[in-house]
Amino acid sequence: MTFFFYLAAAVAVISTLFVIFGRNPVHALLNLVVSLLAVAGLFFMLGAPFAGALEVIVYAGAIMVLFVFVVMMLNLGKEIEDQERRWLTPKVWFAPAVLSVLLLGGLLDVLLTGGQTHAAATTTIDAKQVGVHLFGPYLLAVELGSMLLLAALVAAYHLGRHD
Amino acid sequence: MLDWFNAHPHLVDSLIESVKAIVVLLVTVVVAAWMIWLERRLLGLWQDRYGPNRVGPFGLGQVIADMIKIFFKEDWIPPFVDKLTFIVAPAIAMGLMLLMFALVPVTPTWGVAHINVGLLVFLALAGLEVYAVMLGGWASNSKYSLLGGLRVTAQTVSYEVFMGISLMGIVMLAGSFDLRHIVEYQAANGWNIIPQFFGFCAFVTAAIAVVHRTPFDLPEAESELAAGFHTEYSGMKFGMFFVGEYVGIVLVSAITTVLFFGGWSGPGVESHAWLAFPWFAFKCLCFMSGFILLRASLPRPRYDQMMAAGWKVCLPLSLINLLGTAAVVVAGAHGA
Repeated sequence: MTFFFYLAAAVAVISTLFVIFGRNPVHALLNLVVSLLAVAGLFFMLGAPFAGALEVIVYAGAIMVLFVFVVMMLNLGKEIEDQERRWLTPKVWFAPAVLSVLLLGGLLDVLLTGGQTHAAATTTIDAKQVGVHLFGPYLLAVELGSMLLLAALVAAYHLGRHD
Repeated sequence: MLDWFNAHPHLVDSLIESVKAIVVLLVTVVVAAWMIWLERRLLGLWQDRYGPNRVGPFGLGQVIADMIKIFFKEDWIPPFVDKLTFIVAPAIAMGLMLLMFALVPVTPTWGVAHINVGLLVFLALAGLEVYAVMLGGWASNSKYSLLGGLRVTAQTVSYEVFMGISLMGIVMLAGSFDLRHIVEYQAANGWNIIPQFFGFCAFVTAAIAVVHRTPFDLPEAESELAAGFHTEYSGMKFGMFFVGEYVGIVLVSAITTVLFFGGWSGPGVESHAWLAFPWFAFKCLCFMSGFILLRASLPRPRYDQMMAAGWKVCLPLSLINLLGTAAVVVAGAHGA
């Protein structure tokens, strides 16, 4: 199991690197899909199949489809790839690199000090437990989230109106 | 030899399970290929003509002849396509469909994967299926293919929304995402088709749209888009899209049987365990023939009509079904 965990983790990291360095937008998005699938695999292995399945349904199956849908309609080709090559200068890398190093520092701190080993890897969190938590301690967050979604829905309806 | 088997019971178990998985895979592919023959013969019957009847008894060998032919065709990749994506797309189409079949509980003892969120995994894989057609359409780099790809994406994304919602009524009744558990619930409490009739209507509509089968085959509407997303495909790559579609129909039939028509359960299964598979196969065959009858009888709707039907009829229908089922389940829990 540990082997497959690191395998999936490696796939996630490598495909994410391809997303960043890729010059063809559609290929970059496909690598992002692979990365999301690998993360879903990690969820399954950590004993959270519900979260894993939702990751695939929502991110890989719906959000990324819409991304690819839009990018597909842009007239891409050699020019875009050249433009991308011109835009990716060392200067552009600087600020994101600093932010990433800060995050990496936090991650290393957790890893080196041992962190708190979470029980997630030893117990399976199924759909029922997720539901109990969502409508118990996290009820307020769920309600706020649904308000936000409703607002987005109304806004989308307004934007898409025929007049 | 026997000692070795006795010494490694764990290994033998996984070996047996692997063989079962391969048998399920092969049977699925063979049934899907044979369904091409079934479809052509049934269409012939309903349209008052013969259909393929020359190769072998009843024309059964037609599928084999077609397969041999398609394997030896030139596998042509046009120079203007995005090569990698072009090659991967048909593999995704067929591979994901076959992967979904791993979730189907065929009989009490047969079935490849037993996952306690089986239904969610099914929805997840169905959601990924759209990439096949989308990428095929995009990578082909031709306007007909791209239009086909765009249509299929919009269609699948819209219909998947309520495909999931229409199944949640069943999850509430059975209290589980586990497909095996859902079948057992139906064996004890009667088939889901009766309490979940509206869910069934919405699900079957959505399932036909997701496997883009006639009457919802607008992505490959030959009258306006040449062959749609697979215009540039030939040889075995086209074959994989083609057989993938039939695997999709077999899969939808199997899933409908499992979710709404009691799966393997039927009269006599309790006393004669061997009847489980014949019942399952018979129910699937009824649905497969039903889908062929739909193709034979219904014209293709206009694209805007199809989208309107999805969002304005099926989505509200499945939402009301969800609320109604929830109300009944909660009332039952309080009353008991």
